[in-house]
Amino acid sequence: MFRRNGSQCVATFAVDEVRVLRKVAGEVVGLLTDGMDHTDPVVSRLFPDIYPDQPDDSAEFRLYTEGDLKTGKIDQAGAILAALPDEGEGEVRLDGEAAEAWLRAINDARLAMGTRLDIGADTDLSDELDAAVLHDPGSSRVFQLSVYAYLGYLQESLLNALPEIE
Amino acid sequence: MVGMALPQVAPLESPEIEEAPADDRPWVTIVWDDPVNLMSYVTWVFQKIFGFSKEKAEALMLDVHNKGRAVVSSGARERMEMDANQLHGYGLWATVDRD
Repeated sequence: MFRRNGSQCVATFAVDEVRVLRKVAGEVVGLLTDGMDHTDPVVSRLFPDIYPDQPDDSAEFRLYTEGDLKTGKIDQAGAILAALPDEGEGEVRLDGEAAEAWLRAINDARLAMGTRLDIGADTDLSDELDAAVLHDPGSSRVFQLSVYAYLGYLQESLLNALPEIE
Repeated sequence: MVGMALPQVAPLESPEIEEAPADDRPWVTIVWDDPVNLMSYVTWVFQKIFGFSKEKAEALMLDVHNKGRAVVSSGARERMEMDANQLHGYGLWATVDRD
């Protein structure tokens, strides 16, 4: 989890954490680079229609903006990959700009996972996790839910470690 | 004191064609509640994008959270599109509409 150190946000990650963060950041990059499928609910959540009742206006707007939006999201996820230790455990130190990229990229990853996991307004994450463990402790749903919860804590810790906005 | 009666003046001419009033409702950017984004993150995004104070950003975030949606900016259509696009960059669910 992140803490403040001078003007930087600092965290020490264990091997498993580094591995998980690489995986989720890599998945976001993959999702954005492999010719995006707009019928995929994850894609429509990351790139919402700006005019929900006017598909033509939304499509026209998308034509002009989606490229930059996509590049921005790929760069954000890239900031996570760039700051992580190459292998094994290690410390990550983020200046203001990198911390912002991490926050946004963690958020994209949580949006993607939350959509796939069908997280709703009434979802109690620990109940979901208990139910999934009871069903099959080794299932991919247990892993995904754990990672999703972990990313929430990590994002919150980074928000708390940020210097106050002037 | 009494009021002075204004002279009654008939209008010289009345326009024959009434133009339909232009729709001058401003455009608005709306942020919708979603079950994933952290409340603290949404507050931070509002501070970051709109330069709001923490108190104002928090109040707006709670508005989104409690009412399901809130207007976060209003003005010219192009400006609203820019705002919504920026909010999408941060992963908030934003749309543009007439007020």
